Formats: sequence, C-alpha cells, structure tokens
Amino acid sequence: MAEPKSAPSRSGLVDAVKGFGVTFSHLFRKQVTIDYPDKPEPTGPRYHGRHILNRHPDGLEKCIGCELCAWACPADAIYVEGADNTETARYSPGERYASVYQINYARCIFCGLCLEACPTRSLTMSNEYELASDDRRELIFTKEELLAPLLPGMEQPPHPMRLGETEQDYYLDGLSNPGTSAGAEHVETYPGSGDAA
Amino acid sequence: MTALDTPTDEVTLTIDGVEVTAPKGALIIRVAEKLGIEIPRFCDHPLLAPVGACRQCLVDVEGQRKPITSCTTPIADGMVVRTHLTSEVARKAQQGIMEFLLINHPLDCPVCDKGGECPLQNQAMSTGAAESRFQDVKRTYPKPINLSTQVLLDRERCVQCARCTRFSEEIAGDPFIELMDRTSDEQVNVYREEMFGGEPGPAGSHSDLGSEPLRSYFSGNTIQICPVGALTSAQYRFRSRPFDLVSTPSVCEHCAAGCAQRTDHRRGKVMRRLAGDDPAVNEEWDCDKGRFGFRYVTAFDRITEPMVRDPQTGALRAAAWSEALAVAAEGLRRARDSSGGVGVLTGGRLTVEDAYAYSKFARIALRTNDVDFRARPLSTEEADFLAAAVAGRQGPTYAEVEQASAVVLAGLEPEEECPILFLRMRKAYRKRALAVHALAPFRTTGYEKLGATVLPCAPGSEATLLAGDASLAAALSQPGAVLVVGERLGGAPGGLSAAVALAERTGARLAWVPRRAGERGALEAGCLPHLLPGGRPVTEPRARAELAGAWGLEAGVLDSRPGRDTGAILAAATAGDLGALVVAGVDPADLSDARAAEQALDAVPFLVSLELRNSAVARRADVVLPVAPTVEKAGSFLTWEGRLRPFEAVLATGAMTDARILDALASQLGVQLNTRDVPAVRAELAALPATDSPRHPPPQVAPAPPPVPADGQAVLATWHQLVDLGTLQDGDDELAGTARPSVVRLGKELATRLGVGDGDPVTVGTGTGALTLPVEVVDMVDAVVWLPTNSPGATVRRSLGAAAGALVSVSVSVSVPVSASVFVSVSPGGSR
Ligand code: SF4
Ligand code: SF4
Ligand code: SF4
Ligand code: SF4
Ligand code: FES
Repeated sequence: MAEPKSAPSRSGLVDAVKGFGVTFSHLFRKQVTIDYPDKPEPTGPRYHGRHILNRHPDGLEKCIGCELCAWACPADAIYVEGADNTETARYSPGERYASVYQINYARCIFCGLCLEACPTRSLTMSNEYELASDDRRELIFTKEELLAPLLPGMEQPPHPMRLGETEQDYYLDGLSNPGTSAGAEHVETYPGSGDAA
Repeated sequence: MTALDTPTDEVTLTIDGVEVTAPKGALIIRVAEKLGIEIPRFCDHPLLAPVGACRQCLVDVEGQRKPITSCTTPIADGMVVRTHLTSEVARKAQQGIMEFLLINHPLDCPVCDKGGECPLQNQAMSTGAAESRFQDVKRTYPKPINLSTQVLLDRERCVQCARCTRFSEEIAGDPFIELMDRTSDEQVNVYREEMFGGEPGPAGSHSDLGSEPLRSYFSGNTIQICPVGALTSAQYRFRSRPFDLVSTPSVCEHCAAGCAQRTDHRRGKVMRRLAGDDPAVNEEWDCDKGRFGFRYVTAFDRITEPMVRDPQTGALRAAAWSEALAVAAEGLRRARDSSGGVGVLTGGRLTVEDAYAYSKFARIALRTNDVDFRARPLSTEEADFLAAAVAGRQGPTYAEVEQASAVVLAGLEPEEECPILFLRMRKAYRKRALAVHALAPFRTTGYEKLGATVLPCAPGSEATLLAGDASLAAALSQPGAVLVVGERLGGAPGGLSAAVALAERTGARLAWVPRRAGERGALEAGCLPHLLPGGRPVTEPRARAELAGAWGLEAGVLDSRPGRDTGAILAAATAGDLGALVVAGVDPADLSDARAAEQALDAVPFLVSLELRNSAVARRADVVLPVAPTVEKAGSFLTWEGRLRPFEAVLATGAMTDARILDALASQLGVQLNTRDVPAVRAELAALPATDSPRHPPPQVAPAPPPVPADGQAVLATWHQLVDLGTLQDGDDELAGTARPSVVRLGKELATRLGVGDGDPVTVGTGTGALTLPVEVVDMVDAVVWLPTNSPGATVRRSLGAAAGALVSVSVSVSVPVSASVFVSVSPGGSR
C-alpha cells in the first residue's frame, strides 16, 4: 500500500516553505477568534435573543394573556393562561392579563413570529443569548423571569391604572408610550451594540 | 320531464348554474348548503325562525332589482340564483355588508373568547375587504355587562343578529333579552330601569344584573349560537383558546334527557362543555345545569386514594388499594355469611356498565337481592310498575312526543326535571299546537310555556284523577297520544297503577321520566330487589335460569326471594338486622327522611362506600374506595326513552370505574365478575339473551284517600328546581346565581286565611323541623303548599324529613325569613 518513495526534491522544499508562508502571513492579519466568555462580543442590533415581557410606564404589564404568541409559535414553545383583572388585583390595563406565561427555551427557535403576533407590543426580544443550562427545567422561563424589571417610576403590579381611567388611555397613547424593556436588554451591559430590535 | 310528472311539492331552480330540485318552501340558503355552496350568514340558524337581520347572506336572483337575503327567501320554480361565487353583484353586496358590520366592531379579537372560532372573524376573512375605509371613532360601551350571573354581554361586539333573543323567545320561552334602542345604538339588553328613566343599578355595571335579569335554564345556548363574542360565560371567560382545547364528544351525566355534549379540556382540566348536535335527542341545545355543572369533579374534597377506618383511632386513614380491598372483602364476607346479609344502594347516577356490575356483584358475590338504585322517596308500587311497564321496553321517543296528538304529564314538571323534553314539547306546542295536559297543584311557568291545560291536583290525588277524569281519557284516546309520568308519581299511592290502567284503556303510549341520568340504566341492569338484569323478575324460575346460564352459575345460586328496597334496607340497618352496606353515589339528603337515613348509616356494622367525594356516606364508612367521575371513564347512560348513550372517557386518569373496583372486590371474595373493563361489560350486556320469561305483573294499588289537612295544615307539594343545591352542581357560583329564588308557594285562599301576601315570611314545619321562606301567592289548589326540594333555604328532606303528599303545618313567621335571594350566590361548599 505504501507510496513509492521519491527523494526530496527542490520543488518539495519550496512547497513546504510555501505552506508555512500561509500560516505565517495570517499572523499579521486581523484576528477572527473572540475572547468568549471573558469579553463577549456585542450581537447585531436586531439579534433575536431571549424574550422580554414589557411594561407600561406605570409598571402594569403590557401582556393581556391573549395567547396569540402561543398560537403563532411554530415550535409550540409558549404557554399562556389568561385570567381576569379584578378591581382589587390589576396586572394589566383592561380586563385580561396572563396569569401564567412561560417560554420553553428548549423548544424556542428564536424565529420571532410571536413578536409579530403580539397585539400590544408586550413581547419583544432582547439580544441576550447566554441561555445554556444543564437542567431542562431551568429552560422554561416563567413570567417572573421574562418580565422587564421595574424602572424608576414604575410600581410592582397589582395596582390600579395610573395613566388614565380606562385601558384606552394606555393604547390611544400607544406611540408616545413605548413603555420599556431597556432594563432587561443585554445592550445595556455591553455598550456600543446599538438599539435592540 | 313534463310538468305533470313533477310532484307539486317540489320545485326546480338553478343556483350558480347547477339545477336543483328541492321541496317547495325551502329557503335558498338551505338548498345552497345541500349543493355545498356556503353562503356567509350570521342571523340564520336552522332551528330558529328566519328574520333577515344581518343581511350578510345576500345573493343575486335573476329578475330582482337588488340582491336579496337567501335566508328568508323561499325557493321558487325556475328561480335563477347566483351567489358570491358566480355573481359580482352578490360578492360586492356581501362585502359591503361586512364593511358595515365591522364599522362598529371593536378590535377585541385578542381578548375575545370567540377569537379562533368566530364566524365574524372567519367570514371577514372570506367575504370582507382587506382594508377598512372607516376612519372615525367606534361606538363603545362599558364592558362587559351581566345579563345574569353567568351570561356576560359585550355590546360593541354584537352584530344585532337576534339569534340570542329569538332563541330565548322561541325555543326557551324566556324572553328576558331583547333588542333595544335604534340605529347604531341598537343593543341587546335585559330590562333595566335606568334605560327608561329609573334609578341606575349600583355603580360598576359588571355586577349589575339589571331589573329583570336573563332568567332562563337555557341561557348557555345563547352563548353558543352567538356568531360573535358578544355573549360569553363568566365561567369560561378568558380560560382558553380553541387551539388549546381537546374536544371529546360526551353525554351529560346530570339528567335522564341524555344530551349529547362536547367536552373541551386543556391540560387535563375540563374548560367548558357545549351542546352536541343530535337531532334525535337534544337537537342543538342543552340546559345550563348540564353545560356549566362540571366543576364538582375538581372539588376540594375529591377522594383520590382508598381509606380504611383505623381500629385504634376510629378515624379514616389512607390505605393502599390492596389493604382497602382486603378489609372491604373481609367485612363483606363476614356480613354475607351472617344472618343480616349485605345491602347494596347504588343511587341513580351510575352508568349502565357500573350499575350492571353492582347488580351482578350483589347477586353472585354477596348472594343477595337487597339492591336498590332508588335514592329518593319510593314505593313498592313503583318497583312493580318499573318491572312491569318500563324495564326492557323502548319507550316513546322524543320524536314521538313531538308528533303526539296529546301529551298528559303526571308527576313531572319537565322544565325543572327533564329540560330537553320540555324544549321538545315546547317546539311541538309552537309548531303544531300540541295539546299538553298536566296534573299539578298549580300552573308553573314551565307549564305556561307549554300552553298546558293544568288539572289542579293536590299531591296524592293524582290516582283519582287518572282513573276518573274524562278529559284525560279523551285526550289520550286519540291515536298517537302519550302519557308521560315522572318519578314523582311513584309518591302518590295508586298513581302508577292508575297510569298503567289508563294507558291500557286508551291505547296511549306510556313513558316514565326519572330525574337522574342513571336511573333508567340501573333499572335495566337489575338494580332492584325483585328484578334481575334485562327486566327478569327474580321470582321467575325461567328468568333465573336464563341469567344463571349467561353468568355460568349453578342452579340455586340466584336467590328466588325478592330482596329489600332502599327503605327496608335502611330500616333493617337501623334495627340492627343488616350485616353490612355497600353504597355508591347516594346522598342521604335525597332520601325521604335524610336524618333517618344517616342514622341507618351510623348503625350499620360495616359500611363500604364507593365515592367520588368526601360525602355524608364516605365520612361514615369503614372502607372508602375512590371511583372515577363521568369525565374520567367510559360508559353509557340510558335516556328516559331507553335510548343507549355510550361515551368514552374525556380525561385519561388512573381513576377506576365502580365496575372495575367491584371486579377486584369480587375476586377477593372468590367470585369472577368479569367487569374489569368497559368493553368487556358492554360485550357481556350485548350477549345477554332476550328474555322470554313472563313479565312482572303491573301493580294494582287502589288510590288512597288524600290526606285531609287540619286547621293550620296543608299538603306538601315539592319537586327539585333544575339549578339547586345538588352535589353535582357544586363549585360554580355563577351557575348557582341563575337558580330560581327559593319561595314557598300557596294559593289565594290559604294566603287569605294566613293573612299573608307576596314576600311575607311563612314557616312550613313538621315534627322534624321547619323552613321559613318568602311567600309567593299563586293560583294553587287550596290547602297545598309548595316548596323547592333542595334549594338554598329549602332543604325539604333534611329539614322537614317529609316527601310530597305529607301533611305540614303552615304558619306566619314572625322572624325574618332566611334570605334566599337568587343572586346571593349560595355555595354549599361541598359539605354534602
Ligand atoms: S405576549 Fe402578546 S401575544 Fe403573547 S399573550 Fe401577551 S399580549 Fe398576547
Ligand atoms: S367577536 Fe370575533 S371578530 Fe370580534 S373581537 Fe371577538 S373574535 Fe374578534
Ligand atoms: S348578542 Fe350575539 S346572538 Fe345576540 S344579537 Fe348580538 S351578535 Fe346576535
Ligand atoms: S337537559 Fe339534562 S342531559 Fe341535557 S344538558 Fe341538561 S341536565 Fe344534561
Ligand atoms: S343570514 Fe340572512 S340576513 Fe342574516
């Protein structure tokens, strides 16, 4: 099976040096490897990372428990149970809120179809991608984990509507009322990555 | 084909170029459906009279200047119809209507229960324009408002199709909702004072039920037929989405009407029940009890593991199945071999398969005929009547009642006790003026809605009327007449004997309508002291031989002596003459004397309870074996007609049927029962040979003279209201809120003698106890007083220990009556 042996030729030597030349030339090029996890690179601004359930500026949840995200999800990763806001316990403007909200990151394929379905812009995605875990159960994120943190001026629900009498006041003002998700965005932690989608 | 060949009652027309012949008078929309052409519609419903309210079904008919509504236009010979599929005119007309409908329709889909199964959503996609041109502010209302505690209305979602109002008026006969106001303010509502200048209800319209709430036993159907999400139930609101639900065809376990239903569950929990479509039985309707009454299954006191009474502590403690079965078998064996023997009370809620297992278990494992399914006031006459006239017979059907020339009701208030029979009779009354006669102490609203002629009749005197009244005999003598007797007639001495005789004399068909879903099945399964499965009398050697053959028994195993009935079994227990008792779904509070029944349960030396919840029986038992509720098992019920209603399990849990537990118990007693699984029982039942043993002879009990009330006394009339304190209705306050108020009804003469008027508190008492309720003066037979049997503040059996026909004292109460207002939701808290 052995190849017939040939004496080292001049051209063979040149080839070997040529080969090292390629390696050598890369020493002076720009580095492509990154120093992860010590210095994680920022993602693209519209990178689809983990979800955020946003809040209105007074802290009420934007999610109305409508399940449209769950319906749109091609991977069946979202589970929602709706419930009634009551006079004594209000979590969102209007009648309905999500009493249970879960996203299973063992299933989610980060397609973003749920965001398109969401009628209240409650659901958005952050750039956070460090989701790996050695326990499947930890991959099911509950509402508490997904909700955006309270920013200054926000109040932990349940509480009455602070921005108006009815939910109309929250929605008709929609454009000037982005609410926020900033606190949960990875962008804050890694400056320079631009705005989230 | 020449014109002469055409039958005069058929016409030929063309729809979308297809020639079709259909019966004269049919509506275009129905004929198009037959061709597979679906015309969009909202108000049209095959079981409601056409109105043409929504205009969505416009089609183009040749020769007509404008498009016309296909749901109101009957077909005509030579008509040329073009639907949206072939006509641009029709398509544009439908698109225009859809645009109008959506002008004021809110963007509620994300929070609307109908979203995902909404005809408006679907037809807006199929028929509407992609873009809306409407720029203005939409009409809005405070939302939702209550039409009753259960039914909620979001007025801005309503498309004014009038399905709900037509249903309430035409089908249910409860016209409490109506379209009000004009133009774009037109809305469905109940009567509210404030809309007519009165004082508004309490602030926060959510809890305001209006001055006259939607008080109907059939209100749930309006929710189901509403083509948008305007009507929703408080019970299901926001609970789930159509795509979350797994739907299973099911059969209602509440009453003997046997409605087909659809049970929707999500993650092992039933979310809602809908009426199934069964033209032979419930058409497309059901009642609110059947629709909303399913939360008892998840009650906090559900028993999930076997329990045995600890000899040391005297308390029940959890046990393994093997231990519980061994203890139960040992106790039963000892009792069986003692002189007292074992009694078996099965109750009226079992499936046919389970009832059959009890019947077989009693006969061959316990070697007794002491088995009775009747957990209510009962008589020997009734048992004989059931054996002679009901068991093994296919009764008249719903269709026969609908087509009957006359119907006579005795001991039955169909709206309260068999709602779907009521709807069928009302349909016949409206469509073809069915003549209904009723023997009753007063004219209930149910009888009124049937246009019934009421023969005033104090409880206990039905027999005399049935035997002697010429108008009844005349009505029943017409061909196709039906005599319908309720289970309550058994409480009137001689009543059932007179009914059999009357039916025989007049040639009328005889139907027996029990209240509970399992009674007819238990009867056929032989859960009676003198009846074996298949209507075989125990006293007939041939009947016993047939069964011994089918069960592979040696001669002589089946006892030829009739056993004791529920009353005698309990009396024997109290007297110490009973060794043990096996009790299935029986609530002592349903027996004619609740307290006496509980004393009997306390007295019996060994009590085995097969139960769902921690009931009055389970609490007293020595061994408690948890059984599967209807949703968690397969089985069948028999309707009052004798129609088999098989169903499969909705939820797959590990819960075991009664039949399976009895099989295990029997094998501990060394007997093979072969009732381990439902298919096996069904196969065995199907293989039972038809009997040719003589039938049990009909009862011939002479009418007893009616009781004569002394001064200050009256005869008690009572029956169950549909929505009441029944244990299967536990856990739903919204349903309880739609119950009729608890009142005591009495006649004008008695009211005058007592000096009371509507609303005054009156006390009805016996030696056992007394009940005080507000009075309602009605046109009632004198010296009769009516109470609901088991409603808030009116627990007749427990508090009075009396059944219909008993003498009770009636007096004016000085104290304030127990408030039993309907809309104070009364939750029995599962204590019973
Ligand atoms: S996140 Fe959006 S789409 Fe999902 S349930 Fe909440 S409101 Fe609906
Ligand atoms: S009725 Fe239908 S179209 Fe209207 S909000 Fe509800 S789901 Fe949407
Ligand atoms: S509430 Fe529903 S059923 Fe009644 S009129 Fe409005 S849309 Fe029709
Ligand atoms: S009529 Fe009877 S069977 Fe039908 S839904 Fe009501 S309770 Fe159930
Ligand atoms: S369906 Fe014909 S007018 Fe409504």
